[in-house]
Amino acid sequence: MNFKGKTWKFGADVDTDAIVPARYLNTSDPLELSKHCMEDSTNPDFMKKMKVGDIIVAEKNFGCGSSREHAPIAIKAAGVSCVVAKSFARIFYRNCFNMGLPIFESVEAVDGIKEGDQIEVDADAGVILNLTSNKTFKVAPVPAFMQELIAAGGLMAYTKKKAGL
Amino acid sequence: MMTITEKILAAHCGKKEVKPGELINARLDVVLANDITAPISIKEFRAAGAKKVFDPERIALIPDHFAPNKDIASAEQCSMLRQFSREHSLSLYFEVGRMGIEHALLPEQGIVVPGDVVIGADSHTCTYGGLGAFSTGVGSTDVAAAMITGEAWFKVPESMKFIYKGKMGKWVGGKDIILRTIGDIGVDGALYRAMEFTGEAITKLPMAGRLTICNMAIEAGGKNGIIEPDEITEKYVSKRARRKYKFYKSDKKAVYADVREYDLTGMEPQIACPHLPENVKPVSAVASVNIDQSVVGSCTNGRIEDMREAAKVIKGHKVHPYVRMIVIPATQAIYKQCIKEGLIDVFIDAGAAFSTPTCGPCLGGHMGILAAGERAIATTNRNFVGRMGSPKSEVYLSNPAIAAASAVLGRIGRPEELK
Repeated sequence: MNFKGKTWKFGADVDTDAIVPARYLNTSDPLELSKHCMEDSTNPDFMKKMKVGDIIVAEKNFGCGSSREHAPIAIKAAGVSCVVAKSFARIFYRNCFNMGLPIFESVEAVDGIKEGDQIEVDADAGVILNLTSNKTFKVAPVPAFMQELIAAGGLMAYTKKKAGL
Repeated sequence: MMTITEKILAAHCGKKEVKPGELINARLDVVLANDITAPISIKEFRAAGAKKVFDPERIALIPDHFAPNKDIASAEQCSMLRQFSREHSLSLYFEVGRMGIEHALLPEQGIVVPGDVVIGADSHTCTYGGLGAFSTGVGSTDVAAAMITGEAWFKVPESMKFIYKGKMGKWVGGKDIILRTIGDIGVDGALYRAMEFTGEAITKLPMAGRLTICNMAIEAGGKNGIIEPDEITEKYVSKRARRKYKFYKSDKKAVYADVREYDLTGMEPQIACPHLPENVKPVSAVASVNIDQSVVGSCTNGRIEDMREAAKVIKGHKVHPYVRMIVIPATQAIYKQCIKEGLIDVFIDAGAAFSTPTCGPCLGGHMGILAAGERAIATTNRNFVGRMGSPKSEVYLSNPAIAAASAVLGRIGRPEELK
């Protein structure tokens, strides 16, 4: 898997209310949710400015707060190709693997990327290349079970196989 | 040598012992979702071609967030829960009029018991650690899979031990303990970890306070919060448990990733200031902050003890002319108890609104949304940007006594200041 795109930077502890405010959770339609992606964050016009394939880069504890899967759903439906952060909140991390939003942990990459930089994430090699500054960063390895989940096509595909459906 | 969290997880995956970092597949006692999260689970369940749930007695679907239905779209979501529950004869669907806020309702009804493993598509599912259960919040897809298999995968978490000593003063309780802790370790201070709350202050704490503490473990990034069950637990669960329960205790030589001690003697009521639950200050440091709204309720502080505390403070006083006070008991049983004890009279005489159970304003859903520039004090659990309404509004988190006193004063303040 390879992801190439322009980066949008966010700070620490971006909560799921900032990613998709609860006032829009009277639907679970991905396209509807994506219209409000990052609306209560430090970049409320994110959806007006971003382009399909762009990458979110954030400091520590991205996706903290509520368990709403609407948050990774909104990001994915917005067309964001992947999220790179120093760390992810636990439920958000789990949700991303379950529903299929690619996420990567790397402290050095986040420190070495400025907003607007073009980057390329090579998931198989475990590296992030900053095409603007020509620097390379390592990504924290994905745990074996999570790789198994991805290979199976997400948790539901994995469960279907297990349950013989 | 295992912690209580490790012992419960081991017992649910058929192992004698588990260690932090180990990946396990655990049997689930209860699977929970609400009107916001269940619709996605139901869609996934159907898309997978599943025909039957693993056990219709162990899946709780509770319309509490935007219910009673706040608009047409919310009504459609609640309708999905209702239809699915009828289709699969789910015994733990709670209709408006019987429902309460999920994390208050399940312990109250004896549906979750000590020793359980519970997942819920709601981050505050960690509340049940107060009973000595392992419970954690997950997403909708996890719940969809669990409705089919009755199992979930977990990485056994490392445990952090929190020891609380000293004697707490008047108008200080479980909320203040957890706010102080989050203020100390930060919103990711317990990321991926189990938070085990211990010490003399905890063993003396009533069940309501224990549930409040474990409820906010997620606000420190914790996987679960947990308190060893004891006589107080026994007294609470023996009369309501719908299933057999088991008390687990940590071994004396269990291993902890971190141990922290707090002396609560002389601790002031704690306030979490905008816009993160870790921005905690003693109440005296924020006493000049004016408020427009005071909310007493939520899965954090909507139990009868919280209602009594707020009523005791506000009795004989009037809500400040510039303030709206909204009181929301978390379940129908609590509502009824408020009638019986005359608490509703106290609140209404003071000029407060008193509502049927709902999560409502806590997550900016309905029943008390803030306008731009407005500020609330609330006994709820989060104060993120826009949490209770406009992204230009502010939320301060406190215990029920402070929320009630502030409603009278028109600014953040203490019960001792009321004349």
